[in-house]
Order: sequence, then structure tokens, then C-alpha cells
Amino acid sequence: MNPVDTQAGAATDMVITGLGVVAATGMSAEEHWTALLAGKSGIGRISRFDPSSYPVTLGGEVRDFTAREQVPRRLIPQTDHWTHLALYGAERALADARIDPAALPEFEMAVVTSSSSGGTEFGQHEMERLYGQGPAWVGAYQSIAWFYAATTGQISIRHGMRGPCGVISAEQAGGLDAIGQARRLLRGESRLVVTGGTDASLCPYGLVAQLSTGLLSRVAEPERAYLPFDQRASGYVPGEGGAVLIAERAADARRKGRGYGRVLGYASGFELPGRPTTLPRTLRKALDDARLAPSGIDVVFADAVGDPRRDRVEADALAEVFGPGQVPVTAPKVLSGRLYGGGAPLDIATALLSLRDGVIPHTPGVTRPVGGIDLVRDTPRDAELRTALVVARGYGGFNAAVVLGRTDT
Amino acid sequence: MSRRAVITGIGVVAPGGVGRENFWNVLVSGRSMTRRISLFDPEGFRSRIAAEVDFDPLAAGLGYQEIRRMDRAAQFAVVCASEAAADSGLDLGSLDPGDLGVSIGSAVGCTMSLEEEYRVLSDGGRRWLVDHTYGVPHLYEQMVPSTLVVEVARRVGAEGPVSLTSTGCTSGLDAVGHGAQLVVEGSAEVVFAGATDAPLSPITSACFDAIKATSPDNDDPEHASRPFDARRRGFVLGEGAAVMVIEEYAAARARGARVYGEIAGFAGRSNAFHMTGLKADGREMAEAIRVSLGKARMNPEDIDYINAHGSGTKQNDRHETAAFKASLKQRAYEVPVSSIKSMVGHSLGAIGSIEVAACALVLDRQVVPPTANLYHADPECDLDYVPRQAREHAVDAVLSVGSGFGGFQSAMVIRKPEGAPR
Repeated sequence: MNPVDTQAGAATDMVITGLGVVAATGMSAEEHWTALLAGKSGIGRISRFDPSSYPVTLGGEVRDFTAREQVPRRLIPQTDHWTHLALYGAERALADARIDPAALPEFEMAVVTSSSSGGTEFGQHEMERLYGQGPAWVGAYQSIAWFYAATTGQISIRHGMRGPCGVISAEQAGGLDAIGQARRLLRGESRLVVTGGTDASLCPYGLVAQLSTGLLSRVAEPERAYLPFDQRASGYVPGEGGAVLIAERAADARRKGRGYGRVLGYASGFELPGRPTTLPRTLRKALDDARLAPSGIDVVFADAVGDPRRDRVEADALAEVFGPGQVPVTAPKVLSGRLYGGGAPLDIATALLSLRDGVIPHTPGVTRPVGGIDLVRDTPRDAELRTALVVARGYGGFNAAVVLGRTDT
Repeated sequence: MSRRAVITGIGVVAPGGVGRENFWNVLVSGRSMTRRISLFDPEGFRSRIAAEVDFDPLAAGLGYQEIRRMDRAAQFAVVCASEAAADSGLDLGSLDPGDLGVSIGSAVGCTMSLEEEYRVLSDGGRRWLVDHTYGVPHLYEQMVPSTLVVEVARRVGAEGPVSLTSTGCTSGLDAVGHGAQLVVEGSAEVVFAGATDAPLSPITSACFDAIKATSPDNDDPEHASRPFDARRRGFVLGEGAAVMVIEEYAAARARGARVYGEIAGFAGRSNAFHMTGLKADGREMAEAIRVSLGKARMNPEDIDYINAHGSGTKQNDRHETAAFKASLKQRAYEVPVSSIKSMVGHSLGAIGSIEVAACALVLDRQVVPPTANLYHADPECDLDYVPRQAREHAVDAVLSVGSGFGGFQSAMVIRKPEGAPR
């Protein structure tokens, strides 16, 4: 098979040209960005069902989303809430990138999304029918709504994209692996990739499953529930949504004078139980891939899961690679909740907006930070930003990192 | 000199038996492994048949803790990974774990466990949530399909790139294609690549019943899976897994490894037409085949055998027959084409990698498996589908294709590495 990495270079570099944010913090990139800079949280009491009998009652719901207004009517009963959010995100991202798919070669448009939990809510509903009423009551759309590939398939169909289709699952790290896969395709056979992703398992079964990890915060006050890198860290708040991103080759983007920023580097790795963390190596590999020294990174968007032990591992890895306190670190995801397959794509969107405006959004709520990192807190910080590193770690042992740069770097 | 990805180890769990040799014996026997479902009581379902694996996890080497923790699909996958590792002769301990990657595919993840736990948490479906703590402590690991690749990565000690591909019924081909890419681009030196699915549970059967995709030939299960036959009535569900060891060709040769074949070209395309429907012209699958041949720098004449998707639905069989003709022209009429789904059923995402394992064994043994149960060819399907009997045949290169929900079409070219055009 012909290797594709020999084509690396400016002509095939990857640029993100469109952002389709759909999260508790906003229904567009600008709304999300404004909320982050204002420290405005999207975390609240779960409203999609009555959470009072569960030990966790907070979530980052996309409250302004109504499928009837934002998803083609025909597709609503055929797809899960997670796909609804992604269909909306894809439409916004394409519009943001000013892409008319009908004007591009059909086989050169690819779709690669990350999905961690599929159509949980839809699946629970159909299992209720199966066990409550019988097999004949299971609906025809269960076969196309529940499985993890539903979102990619629906985006491909809706926008006439006939190139390679991919779905990557690596929990919270999957969104960065989707970026890595998109870059492979742009260096080879595709000129445009719809990537990123969403997840939405804030339904009864989804919440019960998430509870089993012991990583969800049981604190009931929204502003105190998710405090990563804080000595009071008590876990994270789950959210829904994410971001759909449009990735194009640099040459195409430059010709049209567009783009939020370039993907300069990517790497991924895996952590085995009982072995030292591989996170520092993954970070260094991403920097090497971007041909940057640690000093070349201006800000880090951390995974920041909010579990004291895991946060310590991440802070130590950052200190090991960059030197203690040598790079600003932030985790504005505390305002949207942790989004699994949609989480890292949202962090990518946030980091690109940060590069654009030269301001680092803060990590609200943290007052007693752990040592070893320069955590941006209290207020956003103005800075000369050329590059950003996005870190993601997925349950089970996944880790990944992406280096982003301004289009003019 | 560019890097090339070759298969040096194979592990299979498939209907008819655990292990590569049992699998091969099924393929050359021409016997179908389909039967009435025993994993749950199928009474009341439209389709009550499947190709099941007689799988004893203890006998397969799993410990009690692993059996309790792992979904059946994960159990299949780790057993395959261990068999593949042993077959490859690799000393995994001598590798830098960071150079070892894993790429696993699965269409439906840990469905059986998810459904089982739903029953527990809802008191058999009568009342949701008696108590949230009634679920198993590792319930989250059943919700996220990535657990399947986590288990394999832990089994083989991988610290390099590890991810799960879930593109429905092309997951298996796509995951192997991704694994080969990781080796070619140098992201990993050795990759365990394959796929697993254990979907035989009431919710899976009910959802395929609802769209009448599966065969209702409950009275004659052994003849129910009959791709390309005029009397076919849908596919027969299966389960299983296959995992391959993929490594760089020069390194494999240097250590004197047995090389089954080189993954020479891979491509995916989508029809952007319908989640389950296929157009009769096979246009996008044909494009995937053309591109995969192009990546392998090969021509249609170089292909000696086609491992068909051959699910046994009318629309699929006609769709891919058209795709073979459109992409391979005259060569489509000259080469044997067969569907092993006639024997081992359709195990959703897993089958693509089980078919890659079959193709690697075809290259190794120079025998082409048949399409079982093919008695009365559909007049619209006029290629050589190798009816009922395995055939000795000189094979230097094979084409394997997959087609799945979402409109996804994938194609892979696997060939003997010696003397290949470069």
C-alpha cells in the first residue's frame, strides 16, 4: 500500500475551516466562545428525565436544541438524539466553512466521526418495547439508529459525500484520533473531511452506565461539581453534544482565504495497568510530528477529568514535558461537562478560537490548584498565541494529543 | 523503499470451531454452520436461526475474572489475539510496547451485555431502575465499544496507537485497513488488527426482523444462508472474530516469519443514498475496488479470487455482482467468486476480518472456499460463485469486499508479497 506520509508538507497540511459547535455552552462557535470568556456555565439539573432517584443530578445538556427546528423532520424518528446533535453541527460547520458539497467531487469528501456510546437513549426505548410488549414491537429504525456508525452514515447521505467513511471509538480520546484519521485522508485521497463528533447519553440507562466508573461528581452545586486540578476535585459532570469540524487541505483553504488554524501534529498511545503512563511520550510524539520544541507551545487544553489521581498523572506529564509551570494550562470544559466522543472536538474548536483571538479562556471554579502546572483561572488571560496543544485521555487507557497552529504560523 | 504491511499471524473464532484450522476445515467442507438459535429462546421471532460459535471460554484459556468482566465479543477478540500472536512467532516481550498498535472493529460492541444488564436494571423490562447499583460494576465498559480494543491491547501489551473502528458491517475490513496503514506510515511496527461481534441477542434479532433483512427459513437452517441463489431470503446472523498480526515486510522477512500475504490496497467509499438500501449499479463499491487496485498498483487481471460480501439478500448480491463487472470488466467473469457467509453466517462487523483471515489462508493453501447452498443461481448473478465445493486454484492475489448499513463500501487487495509489482 502506498504510504501517504511522504506527502507531508504545506500543500497537504490540514486546516480546520468550519466549526459546528453544539454544547451546553452554546449552539454555535461564537455563542460557545462568548460563554467561555464570561465563565457562563451550561451545567444544570438534568431535565431530559427526572434525575431525583440517581446520585448524580447534574449534566451539561444542550438546552436550546429542539430537534423539530434543527433536524429534517423525516430524520427525527430515524435517529437518536446524539445523531440529531451531529446533523445540526455538520450543517453549521459546512455553512461556517462556506462549503457547498454539491460543488465538490463526491468521492473526495469523507466523513470521520468519533462516537463513544452510540444511540443509548434510542436503544433503551426499543428494549423497553421488546421486553414490555414483544419482539414485533421493536421499530424498524433500531437497526440504523443505535449502532455507532449512524451519525457518520447520516451525514454522508445528507450531504452527498461518497468518500471514505469512518467511525472511531476511543472514549474521550476518540475525537483526536478522528482528527488524525482525517489528516491521513487529506494527505491521500480526500480533499474535505467532515470530522469531530458528538455523544449524548444523558438518558437513564446512559447515566447508570456512566455512574459505574465512579468518576462522576456527586456534588450537587453546579459551580462546585467539576473542579479539575483543584484539591477539592470530586469527579466530572457528564454532558452531551460536541463539535463537528470541517477539515481541508491547506492549499484549498488558503486559496479561499479561510481557516481557523492548522493541525500541525498528532499522536496517540495507550496506557497499560501497572505500567508507567505513556502520556509524556504521546505529548512528545505530537510535538515531534509538529516539529516543535516544548517551548513552541503557547497553551495546553488539558483533558482534566477531575479525578484527583488522574489529574495528578496529567499534571505530572505536562510538567515533565514542558517543565513545571512553563506553559499555561486550561480546561474550560468544566462549563460544558465531559462529552466523550464529542469532547476533544469541542476542545479543538475552543483552542482554535483561542488562537484566533489571542486569549486563553479560564477554568472557572478552581481556587486551590494542584502544584506543577500554570492553570489559567479566575479570568481569561490575554496572550500572544501561535500554537496550542489539545490533550485527551479515554477511559480504559487511551491517550492522544493534537498540536494546532494559527494559519499564519 | 516504502514500507509494506504483511500478515504474519492469524487467529479466528468462528461458527464451526475455535481456532484457525477448525475455521479452515469449515470453509473447505462447504457445510453451513447455521442452526436454530440456542443462545436465547428465539420463539416469537421471525428469524430464529443463526451461525453460533460453540465457545467455551475456560477451554479457550480465559480466567474466571476475565469471563466475568468481558462481553462475549471481547472474549472472542482476546482469544483470537493470542492465537494470532502464537501463529506469528513474534516474541512480543522483545518489542518496544510503544511500537505495538491495536486496531479492532465491531459493529455493535458489547450488545449482549448491554441487553442483559438492561434486563437486570429494569426487572426484566417491567420497571426501570429498581436500584442503579443493581448493574454490574463495569457496566460503563459494556456501553463503550472501545472496551473491546482495550481488552486486546492489555492482552498483547500494546502502548502504541490503539483504537476501535465501528463502521457497521464494514468494520472488519476497515479496521484491518487501518491497521495496515499504521504499519505503512510507521506509526507502529506491529499491529494486531481484526474485528469481533457477538450480536446474537433478542434486540439484534428483533431489529433485523423489523426490516425483514434476516432469513425466515427456520425449518431448514442449514440451507438458509444461500448467497447468489435465486431462492435466498435474506442473511443469517452469525458471530465470531478474527485478529491478524500485521507487520512490516522487511522486518518480517528478517526474522524469518511466515508471510501469509501483503495488504496491498484498501479503500472505502459510501453511496450517500440510503442507510440500508443499495442501488443496483454497485457504483460506489466499484469505485472502492478501483481505488484499492490503484493503491496496490495492480490491474484487474492480477486478481485471482474474489471474496464476496455475499450476504444473501437480493439487493446485495445484485449490487456487488454489478460492482465486480464495472470495476474488473472481463476479469470478473474469469475468476472464482465466493461467499463464506453461506457457511459462517453474517457476523456484522466481525465478518470483514474473518474474511480477511479466509483470504490469507486461501493465499497460503491455494484452495478457494465455495459458496454453500448455491443450487439455483439468480439469473442476474452470472459469475462463477464456486457452488458448494471447494476448489484448488492458483491464487496470487485476492480481492475482498464489504458492504454495510450507512451505505459504506470497502475493498481490500491482499497478495503474495514476492514479485509483486512496485
